[in-house]
Amino acid sequence: MSAVLKDAWNGLLDQAWLVPALLLIGFGLAFAIPEYNLLNKYIQLVLMYIGINIILTVSLNLVNGYMGEFSLAHAGFMAVGAYTAALLTMKVLPVAAYPVLFPLAVLAGGIVAAIMGLIVAVPSFKIRGDYLAIITLAFLMIVKSAIENIDYIGGPRGIPGIKRLTTLPWVFFWTVATVWMIRNFVYSKYGRGVLAIREDEIASDLMSVNTKRVKFLAFMLSSFCAGIAGALFAHLLQFISPRVFDIIKTTDVLIMVYLGGIASIGGSILGATAYTALMEVLRPSTMAALFNWLPDLIFDPLNQYIIQNLGVWRMVIMPLLLVLVMLYWPRGMMGQREFRGFIPRRDRDAYRRINAPVNAPGEKP
Amino acid sequence: MTLLEATQVRHLFGGLCAVADFNLDLQAGQLMGIIGPNGAGKTTIFNLITGVYQATEGSIRFKGTELVGLTPHQITALRIGRTFQNIRLFRDLSALDNVRIAHYAQADYSPLEALLHIGRYRREEQRIIDNSRRLLAIFKLEHLAGEMAKNLPYGLQRRLEIARALAIDPELLLLDEPAAGMNPNEIDQLMEFIQWIRTEFKLTILLIEHQMKLVMGICERIKVLDFGETLAEGPPLAIQNDPKVLEAYLGQESVG
Repeated sequence: MSAVLKDAWNGLLDQAWLVPALLLIGFGLAFAIPEYNLLNKYIQLVLMYIGINIILTVSLNLVNGYMGEFSLAHAGFMAVGAYTAALLTMKVLPVAAYPVLFPLAVLAGGIVAAIMGLIVAVPSFKIRGDYLAIITLAFLMIVKSAIENIDYIGGPRGIPGIKRLTTLPWVFFWTVATVWMIRNFVYSKYGRGVLAIREDEIASDLMSVNTKRVKFLAFMLSSFCAGIAGALFAHLLQFISPRVFDIIKTTDVLIMVYLGGIASIGGSILGATAYTALMEVLRPSTMAALFNWLPDLIFDPLNQYIIQNLGVWRMVIMPLLLVLVMLYWPRGMMGQREFRGFIPRRDRDAYRRINAPVNAPGEKP
Repeated sequence: MTLLEATQVRHLFGGLCAVADFNLDLQAGQLMGIIGPNGAGKTTIFNLITGVYQATEGSIRFKGTELVGLTPHQITALRIGRTFQNIRLFRDLSALDNVRIAHYAQADYSPLEALLHIGRYRREEQRIIDNSRRLLAIFKLEHLAGEMAKNLPYGLQRRLEIARALAIDPELLLLDEPAAGMNPNEIDQLMEFIQWIRTEFKLTILLIEHQMKLVMGICERIKVLDFGETLAEGPPLAIQNDPKVLEAYLGQESVG
């Protein structure tokens, strides 16, 4: 890009009205698309999954990317949010009040998940790295087997017949709200504390960062958002069971985080969008339609052996993708970088050069 | 006025006594040096003061507040800044962020204000940015504000570490071998520089150093440690001629 174009582009990105304007357009579209059926139902569904996955990815990135821990518990927090919200809408809230009280149910899912986040934050005070990964994995298993053994919430059979209350505008709203909060958190003293912990925990403590408090807050915010995503997910899929929230769900989110790039909100949004879209494309029906033009001689065996088995192949492709990304593309799409528009103006301006008069002795060490 | 006072501090690593019967009386405004051979327990004393280790016995008081039992960030927030023997910057973060992070305790806003970017957040963040840039400017690093700490040359990393320690707004500054890896010319500059920040920031300084030129040149009092025990304490001239010190440093034969 030429310098002039680049200046113009940056100038546009610096406009204070840009983000509110884009959000307004997005909101308008989120309302208009289902109302006037601008896109077919299937695409609408995919859009909602993309939104939910963005929430999951950005929030996991806070712990795994910004803080540099390796948590596997994300699907567990999602399960807690999903079950809490589903039980509220099915057993507690009056049917007539659904449209009004649904956001409260989602919020409740987030809050209960955040409380569970505290439980995972505590071991992180003492241990890091592999050992914390094992503990979070154990947490995930505990959540799963706990749900399986409580008959009141359906045990291993799960909860069928959840009302479909998740709509495109709601997904849009929650995605924007959670991403905005995480971005704000990242660009605050707590977010810088999270980064400092990743770099050197003891040094950050010695630079006055209250590391325990920062970890508490980061884990709670991360699991809060996972809970929100779970609640939306439950009311979109209309059926939840412990099996939905197993290690494979966490792996999905991990891939999106590392594909998009660690410590980047923009990267997480890109990663979640790209991966969700890819997984939809890799469905048998989509692939069959895509390769239909091939001569029958090639298409028939391809269809028979590969395309119709993509459900199984997915389990091969997905972990393989994670391995490949981590080996050959550790920075992902935009690891440790950020879209200019996501960085608060104050932070961007902080790096502009200043030439303040300094009266220190001439040459210093 | 006594700023930092240590009485009968003792620290054990398992069965090994790293520091024994350590006493310190550091007056406000003083510049004191701690010297001693490798393994004498100098850095352990810094770690005891800043709360990285908890003293096995004894008491350390800063302006009357007992430090033993407090966590490092609580102690740092009392305005004690420090640097490290092996530079411990946040390597993958910008020079500016390194300095900004050290403002954590001073940044007076709640998690909710941080989450919504409201209230005191705006004022405090602007103040922190301004102060961080001022510090970088003083240390002639402002043009490198956006550079990752690990990309700075060694000398500038040392400077950035001091700038970061000053972001704490310390009354007491602990410097752990500030002259490590410097040539005689650089040491001269460093001496001038330490004197300058001392008056400019109204600091009390406690430093650990192996370079005798620096210690004898700027310290008002010197404490000599060996195997965790205090050998001698006094003004530079007295230390230079103390037979016990000469013995520890040069070996027994040369004394006789």
